[in-house]
Amino acid sequence: MHNEDQPLIFEITSTGRIGYSLPEMDIPVTNLSDLIPEGFIREEEPNLPEVSELDIMRHYTALSKRNHGVDSGFYPLGSCTMKYNPKINEAVARYNGFAHIHPLQDESSVQGALELMYDLQQHLKEITGMDEVTLQPAAGAHGEWTGLMMIRAFHEANGDTKRTKVIVPDSAHGTNPASATVAGFETITVKSNDNGLVDLEDLKKVVGDDTAALMLTNPNTLGLFEENIVKMAEIVHGAGGKLYYDGANLNAVLSKARPGDMGFDVVHLNLHKTFTGPHGGGGPGSGPVGVKSDLIPYLPKPVIDKKDGRFVFDYDRPQSIGRVKPFYGNFGINVRAYTYIRSMGPDGLKAVTENAVLNANYMMRRLSEHYDLPFDRHCKHEFVLSGKRQKKLGVRTLDIAKRLLDFGYHPPTIYFPLNVEECIMIEPTETESKETLDSFIDAMIQIAKEAEENPEIVQEAPHTTVVGRMDEATAARKPILRYQKS
Amino acid sequence: MMKHRYLPLTESDKSSMLETIGVSSVDELFSDIPDKVRFNGEYKIKPASPEPTLAKELARMAGKNADLINYSSFLGAGVYDHYAPIIVDHVISRSEFYTAYTPYQPEISQGELQAIFEFQTMICELTGMEVANSSMYDGGTALAEAAMLSAGHTRKKKILISAAAHPEAKAVVRSYAKGQYIAVEEIPHTDGVTDLKALKEMMNGDVAGVIVQYPNFFGRLEPMTELEEIVHSEKSLFIVSSNPLALGALTPPGKFGADIVVGDAQPFGIPAAFGGPHCGYFAVTSKLMRKVPGRLVGQTKDDQGRRGFVLTLQAREQHIRRDKATSNICSNQALNALAASVAMTALGKKGVREMAAANIQKAHYAKKAFIEHGFEIAFDGPCFNEFVLKVNRPVKSINEELIDKGIIGGYDLGRDYPELEQHMLVAVTELRTKEEIDAFVEEMGDCHA
Ligand SMILES: Cc1ncc(COP(=O)(O)O)c(C=O)c1O
Repeated sequence: MHNEDQPLIFEITSTGRIGYSLPEMDIPVTNLSDLIPEGFIREEEPNLPEVSELDIMRHYTALSKRNHGVDSGFYPLGSCTMKYNPKINEAVARYNGFAHIHPLQDESSVQGALELMYDLQQHLKEITGMDEVTLQPAAGAHGEWTGLMMIRAFHEANGDTKRTKVIVPDSAHGTNPASATVAGFETITVKSNDNGLVDLEDLKKVVGDDTAALMLTNPNTLGLFEENIVKMAEIVHGAGGKLYYDGANLNAVLSKARPGDMGFDVVHLNLHKTFTGPHGGGGPGSGPVGVKSDLIPYLPKPVIDKKDGRFVFDYDRPQSIGRVKPFYGNFGINVRAYTYIRSMGPDGLKAVTENAVLNANYMMRRLSEHYDLPFDRHCKHEFVLSGKRQKKLGVRTLDIAKRLLDFGYHPPTIYFPLNVEECIMIEPTETESKETLDSFIDAMIQIAKEAEENPEIVQEAPHTTVVGRMDEATAARKPILRYQKS
Repeated sequence: MMKHRYLPLTESDKSSMLETIGVSSVDELFSDIPDKVRFNGEYKIKPASPEPTLAKELARMAGKNADLINYSSFLGAGVYDHYAPIIVDHVISRSEFYTAYTPYQPEISQGELQAIFEFQTMICELTGMEVANSSMYDGGTALAEAAMLSAGHTRKKKILISAAAHPEAKAVVRSYAKGQYIAVEEIPHTDGVTDLKALKEMMNGDVAGVIVQYPNFFGRLEPMTELEEIVHSEKSLFIVSSNPLALGALTPPGKFGADIVVGDAQPFGIPAAFGGPHCGYFAVTSKLMRKVPGRLVGQTKDDQGRRGFVLTLQAREQHIRRDKATSNICSNQALNALAASVAMTALGKKGVREMAAANIQKAHYAKKAFIEHGFEIAFDGPCFNEFVLKVNRPVKSINEELIDKGIIGGYDLGRDYPELEQHMLVAVTELRTKEEIDAFVEEMGDCHA
């Protein structure tokens, strides 16, 4: 990384320079004003850049050097499963027959694509223990909303219209309550107990005949397996509610426990996490949803079906919640996930979880001597520390995260989940070696020492990045959200 | 032996790690999973496949599909076969971009943040709007979010949507509206454009927002000035869904007084990919800035006064506001926003107009050629890159024949509009050569009504 200001692309343009190569106009050309009526022809040119192809490549290469990805270094961002993104996935997703097919082509001309989607669904059914899967949702949050809409349709079809509440643990990801709102529900929060698990007594209190569903991620966002899952399922089902599984943390339980067997009725998966769709700097993702048989009628349409050896889209679904997305989902990400699952196979997927959990427990154990460990029991794929001890020394979790930047690491997730003070949430993933974990642990230990002996170095971090800490308050108070020619 | 190239822990790593943890086996780490729900054994799925074997198998599967590289496509209907500058894929293949996640840590994410800031700027420039976000899943969900925004902002519970908007986007709007208990009514079209008289009759104080598509699903230009007047007469929000490429040559919705402009940036360097991932965009007037769904990047300074970029106005978002957030969106389409930025940069000020104009020219050339061959055009009038052709047999059967000739035919409008059976929506982009267009017209032969 280098320290100069990187000009905006708009600041390096030069009138008349071009970076494109359009096909020739091989037809007789008319005046645009003969084809488009007055008032509809754009008068002011958009202020887009005018740069050469090399200018573009240099610009974005410079930007890329100011960015940290999994390929750049360790990225233990909890709840995000920043594992290695296999390169075969990228190659396969770019095959002409996958990247360059139109969603509205006749079914007969895209049988290979439908076959892949169908087979991916079969694989995801087995992995989740669910009866049917839709690939339509574009990301985790979109899958949550889709699943909740199906639960709503189910209750409504049963004339059960007073089920207006969705129960969400206080440790849940923000998308859970937000999705409940978008699906027309009211959110009820249920507390965690001292063991970091859902408090059964509190759950019993809030469950009732107005409960539409309980949303749960298991293991939860503290990285802890909800041991009482069978009891919880009984409580919720007993009251007539449905159980929703947020599959963002599936990396913890591949081949160890399936949502379908735990009693969940609906599950979404984040293929961009567990199944290596790359995170793309924030997306695109893919958030397939699996359901138990009683919810199948409500799946978004179309549903892929296999008839007489051919793959078809079934639109004749009178009880469907409708479309949640144009076309059939983020196919390109689904191709990557399918490639990954086929690369790993059953034994590979089992090893994924075993190694992910081993890595997390190893780090937790070694770091527990230097940081507070709020829940001292085996974790699953991730764990949380608390920066309470360091806070007393004047060093906050934010400072620790910033100091990690100086060591070349992407920091863990911080201040989430909300029920742990000065939270540091670490997810190493299975693709990291012991050497990498050890180096990171050493850095964390050194920072803990610095907090005691030389807190300024942590408080003033980072010291080595292209920019220092940002004035976020001004950014929000006087928002500058676009470049404007001065 | 090591099991897999993605899994680096050796047996000796594992035993020393287990010792540190103080357990004797990995299995012990899963002892908190109750027996009753414990999955034992392995999934019944296909066995692991070595890299070269899998690459070949999947290449064969891909080979069963007719692709836009080897066929000439006249299919559009929301997804288009355009010039994608080759540089786009080189940029988005830089793994510093594609293996990163949301830029939560600005000090090591300036590249992504700046790229998004530039994306936001380019979308504002094209749409004529003041604020654009960092992307939505796609044009359809962006449109649904626009409808929700208008309902929240106006505290009204009804959306009017033009019959000439994309049928799948309309369906997505309906699904979201159901979630929020919002009514959706369809404004009929006359002769392929939104019926102004019908709209006037439907307008009243209950309408939160009115949605039109420009250019619309039939390729036509909507009467934007008249629409704006009617919509704003009842203080409803004017929501426009636009193909951003078209705006290189057409007057942008912002100039016509739109409050929200959404759409999909797929025409800018993003492959069709069987319908996704594409890249929704979302632009508004500054008045609505704090109601925008999703992530926004803003410019600021660091502690030494250096320019930098951060995620901002996060108080709108789910990770802060939870059930009170403006939307539930978290992951978006960042990498495709980057792709679109690179394509918009490559095209630049001149190229975007030249490419948009080429679409207009080629579509009109094709339309004329069809007319000269005795075809009838439904809803004839000025268009961007699509028009509606009347044919004398089911479109599906025509398309089945065309594919054998190396042509992907147009969209079967009868699928969504029962009265438009035997009507084909034809798209002609800048990539279609005169030769391809002439051959297509020829092959369509005696399919005229
Ligand atoms: C636990 C959990 N649930 C849900 C989500 C939302 O997923 P997405 O960002 O794909 O919408 C995430 C990830 O951000 C998550 O970590």
